[in-house]
Amino acid sequence: MPEKPKVAFYWCASCGGCEESVVDLAEEILGVVNAVDIVFWPVAMDFKKQDVEAISDGGILVSLINGAVRTSEQEEMAKLLRRKSALVVAYGSCAHMGGIPGLANQFDREQILRYVYEESPSTINELHTRPQTASPEGGHTLTLPEFRSMVRTLDQVIPVDYYLPGCPPVPRMLKAALDTLLSGNLPPKGTVLGPDTAMCEECPRKESKPADLAYTAFRRPHEVIIQPETCLLAQGVICMGPATRGGCGAQCVTGNMPCSGCFGPTSRVMDQGAKILSAIASSLSAKETEGIDRTLATIPDPVGTFYRYGLPGSLLRRKIADHN
Amino acid sequence: MASTGMKQGTNGWEPRIVAFFCNWCTYTAADLAGVSRLRHAPNARVIRVMCSGRLDPQFVLDAFARGADGVLVGGCHPGDCHYMEGNYKALRRVRLLQRMMKDMGIHEDRFRLEWISASEGEKVKTTINTMTERVRALGPLGLPERFAEWDEEMDGLAHAIAAQEEAVHA
Ligand code: SF4
Ligand code: SF4
Ligand code: FES
Repeated sequence: MPEKPKVAFYWCASCGGCEESVVDLAEEILGVVNAVDIVFWPVAMDFKKQDVEAISDGGILVSLINGAVRTSEQEEMAKLLRRKSALVVAYGSCAHMGGIPGLANQFDREQILRYVYEESPSTINELHTRPQTASPEGGHTLTLPEFRSMVRTLDQVIPVDYYLPGCPPVPRMLKAALDTLLSGNLPPKGTVLGPDTAMCEECPRKESKPADLAYTAFRRPHEVIIQPETCLLAQGVICMGPATRGGCGAQCVTGNMPCSGCFGPTSRVMDQGAKILSAIASSLSAKETEGIDRTLATIPDPVGTFYRYGLPGSLLRRKIADHN
Repeated sequence: MASTGMKQGTNGWEPRIVAFFCNWCTYTAADLAGVSRLRHAPNARVIRVMCSGRLDPQFVLDAFARGADGVLVGGCHPGDCHYMEGNYKALRRVRLLQRMMKDMGIHEDRFRLEWISASEGEKVKTTINTMTERVRALGPLGLPERFAEWDEEMDGLAHAIAAQEEAVHA
């Protein structure tokens, strides 16, 4: 019997949802397990780093890596898997664009460590102990990964061949992606394995999407009773649909919540946040600064709204200290 | 976050300002006013757009990400836009973008919108000059240099891995 292609799964800074989406393949997973040899999958199987090291370079057909990259250990594993794999797929929003963990790029490392190890209400740490990359203990040195200065997308750390978008990706798209990669009929490097059209295209509410809007205020989902059939933008609720790639089947909108942008932008968009910012802002009613600012004040957190899944992968990447 | 190295690079540094000027007003004003040979106007690199409403916020962020220290937008006065509403759209986008950029730590003096009609040649000059001086006072934004500096923290690991491997294969 010919050797089955080797596949590896790995997680970096992630919530576990991406792993769950693999399991959500349900019966289909049996087909996958039949077709491939899973050589590494920390969440589900007992293989170790040494097992990966023992594989010849390029010996894994594809590694699917989820999660953003925040620590030196994640970098090391990403680099190891890159070397061992013919193909690397950034799996899910965090690996693709930084994801929810990427929102930490609004704070610097010191702020985060101080809050978590000293200031948070549930912390008692009178000695101000912080994790150390190396600490002596009974004649040995214990080591911990380094917490880096910012969150990175997978492709800011290693070259990535393909992207599977979503928080998490939908099982149907994973299945299609695996079929494509196993077929050997590969799309161009850098391809996002999903449709290249905006979410609105597949939204059941698209007929009611207004051509012209004149906002005087925006409403957050908890401030309004959302009508189930009308375009959310027409209801004054910020929906990322126009700046987001389709493929999920309009899951959130179908659940009567706005799209928050997890599939990232289409290939024609450089910066998802700037794109939706442009569409939203141009639809205001006011024509002078005061009125404009009054309306915009109803968007309390522009960065967290427009870059919810993509701050590290955006043009600016992180908050900077720009002063003398 | 530390931005060591930024200050050392300021020797001989000149502010780089990307100016997006509307074809019908600010661009014409700049041309007529002997800020002529626009492309050579000190500090400002002028990009002509057909209307300030054509300015995509992505252009502004891209300019900064590629090394601009400031971005200036010039459009027709309210009521004078050739496409009726373009300048209002520009103002709204600029206000939201300014807020967003402030949240991202970029100083507000680096990004400005001015209404300058075709006959206000003097205003073009003073606007470019005052903006240049404000940006000069702030120092370089230097995003490309910062990006490279940020990613240096990963180099140490590459060296450590290489050393380990040499030890294994030795
Ligand atoms: S903006 Fe949102 S609700 Fe409206 S059509 Fe697009 S995805 Fe659907
Ligand atoms: S509707 Fe938007 S946020 Fe929700 S799953 Fe689809 S792409 Fe993601
Ligand atoms: S034509 Fe000048 S701003 Fe629209």
